[in-house]
Amino acid sequence: MDFELSSEQEQLRDNVARLMKDRYGFEARKTYQASPQGWSEALWRDYAEMGLLGAPFAEADGGFGGGAVETMIVMEQFGKALALEPYLQTVVLCGALLKHGAGAEQRAELIGAIAAGDLKLSFAHMEKQSGFDLNDVALRAVKDGGGGFVLNGEKTLVGQGDSADRLIVSARVNGSRRDRDGIGLFLVDANASGVSRRGYPTQDGQRAAEISFAEVRVAPDDVLGPPDRALPAIERAVDETTAALSAEAVGAMSEALTMTVDYLKTRKQFGVTIGSFQALQHRAADMTVALEQARSMMYLAAMMADEEDAAERAKTMSAVKAQIGRSAKFIGQQAVQMHGGIAMTYEYKVGHLFKRLTMIDTAYGDADVHVRRLADRGSLFA
Amino acid sequence: MDLRLTEDELAFRAEVRAFVRDNLPASIREKTSAGRRLSRDDYVRWTRILAGKGWGAPHWPTAWGGAGWSPIKLSIFLDETQRGNAPEPVAFGVSMVGPVIYTFGSEAQKKRFLPRIIDLSDWWCQGFSEPGAGSDLASLRTSARSDADGWVISGQKTWTTMAQYADWIFVLARTNAQAKKQEGISFFLIDMKTPGITVKPIQTIDGGHEVNEVFLDDVRVPPDAIVGEENKGWDYAKFLLANERNGIARVGVSKARLDRVRQLASIPVYGSGPKMEDPFFRAKLAEVEVELKALEMTQMRVISAPRTGKPDPASSVLKIKGSEIQQATTDLLMEVVGPYALPYRESDDMSNEPPVGPDWASPLAPIYFNNRKVSIYGGSNEIQRSIIAKAILGL
Repeated sequence: MDFELSSEQEQLRDNVARLMKDRYGFEARKTYQASPQGWSEALWRDYAEMGLLGAPFAEADGGFGGGAVETMIVMEQFGKALALEPYLQTVVLCGALLKHGAGAEQRAELIGAIAAGDLKLSFAHMEKQSGFDLNDVALRAVKDGGGGFVLNGEKTLVGQGDSADRLIVSARVNGSRRDRDGIGLFLVDANASGVSRRGYPTQDGQRAAEISFAEVRVAPDDVLGPPDRALPAIERAVDETTAALSAEAVGAMSEALTMTVDYLKTRKQFGVTIGSFQALQHRAADMTVALEQARSMMYLAAMMADEEDAAERAKTMSAVKAQIGRSAKFIGQQAVQMHGGIAMTYEYKVGHLFKRLTMIDTAYGDADVHVRRLADRGSLFA
Repeated sequence: MDLRLTEDELAFRAEVRAFVRDNLPASIREKTSAGRRLSRDDYVRWTRILAGKGWGAPHWPTAWGGAGWSPIKLSIFLDETQRGNAPEPVAFGVSMVGPVIYTFGSEAQKKRFLPRIIDLSDWWCQGFSEPGAGSDLASLRTSARSDADGWVISGQKTWTTMAQYADWIFVLARTNAQAKKQEGISFFLIDMKTPGITVKPIQTIDGGHEVNEVFLDDVRVPPDAIVGEENKGWDYAKFLLANERNGIARVGVSKARLDRVRQLASIPVYGSGPKMEDPFFRAKLAEVEVELKALEMTQMRVISAPRTGKPDPASSVLKIKGSEIQQATTDLLMEVVGPYALPYRESDDMSNEPPVGPDWASPLAPIYFNNRKVSIYGGSNEIQRSIIAKAILGL
């Protein structure tokens, strides 16, 4: 067992940390957020040049041969800076869908384009009725007779769906709404005829879109993998995304704790720094414990992201997501509490860390959802 | 970064697991699993089985009988023996005074004491805490004055675990009343049979007898009873406590207790059926398992980090979370036993009266009550939080 990063991984971490420090101050972030797409095109180019966009993909697919550990490293730094670019959607989530769901030719073309910074993808999956149940897909895909499909239906809360170039759309090819079989993945140009998108800002400073599909035609080459058995690839991609989100959360939590401790050391009341008060010292110590527990789960998630046994992987990811959610809520709330009034202001970073942490807890099921799943899955120590 | 156990580590885990399964006497396993009290003989018997295998003091230097294992293997060993319901090693000898003796003791002390610690020929107890010196240990008042024949020690120690079984006690005593409080303390090794030592039991809230008061009234000890240098005892005590980080989280103990929870929760006791059929109970159990899984990884991170020989503030994280989880496992036991937590039965009750409720019920409430200690001893969790605030956060 070895927790050391390789020298290449340390370099990756240092490079991303330096870029965030130079270009992602909180004031800079506000300007990126204010742009129409809600993130920085210039930084996306920088990510491409630094190799971040191809980091977790096999070289044969046009990537740079890294994996879950590289994703963890990048996401932790993005979490500290509250980076807004669609990395999670494009590289992590849609990247994993392509890795596990698409054919070799599709992978080579699309992953190569992602790595070069030329393609931004979003996964249009959730529907109004589906909640966190990945198998609940009603949007219909009907064969067009020529090997292609026609899509009709609606998707909700599609992350950065308004700025994506193309969408990976899950659709039901056969069976009823909650069947595990009968779900396919389809690649759709975001501006294709019949696609309407309504973009809007989200609580955490990012953006999402409501997307409807009316008689949208999908060419045979744009059907990703076998069109009725995509759910295992979707579940696996969400597990990898959970691992990445846990790293983003750890980055945001560590930033919130650092800011809080700095504040305790500088803010004076009653003639002394407030960090001299034991009530606050012990709360900060509890935040440290919560952070370390979360960090441990971040490592466990990176280790298990490549696990082939889907049941074992899902169980671990539920444990990870539960711990991350609990720690994120505690650290986020306490960071605001210990800062006092300043943390209530929109202009100050800590409140935004809290908001992003809150939304990470909710994403793909909050801590309670995952505890409930674990409760039905037997011991973690079997 | 590779967080999987290596082939070698996996093989080692299987070896330890098989050894515990094949060599731990069934009567001891059953007592530990049920939460019944172990006798002195139970501890000695198991320790000798381990010592016979060369595993009596695996973390020691090989020259003194250690196994030469990596920190990861030591952790696997602890985890497997705990989860296998083996008695825990009597820490006062093998984990506390042993390392102090081989690090700071004289050659004569090493030769005399170390071999007898490994097989529990000498049972040690710890004379640190005093009625007026708990979390503020350095304010201790037991005194040692030197005379022509050696030292004369007087004072009172308390919370002395299993002193009733002990052959020897290691004692912190003040040898310089004028110095700053940490700088006038020395570390002594004292035969419990020495005249002037009186042991009085303290009954704990669970009804058990595991801690004692130890009175030292003009106890005369020879010049070679002191370890290392006079007035350096506080440094040795800090070293001793820093050595505790491997195992402080007691992950294996909590795993074994959760095994017990699952086992008992599958038996209908009260209400509509077994507790495991109650989704709210299962969720609480899952909640504890999540924290324990994270703690297991945290422990691995801490013990994989390079050792510095100094107290590692990360140990405080392990202590806080480890004790909270141990206590949470006992909450679950209480919920499993439900109304049959109520009857009180003396642990040495030899009567033929049938138990009230299930025959496994009577130790569970005492386990719950007894486990309140784990967030108090070894530096209370409040002390640990202050250590984190100062040593990690710089507050």
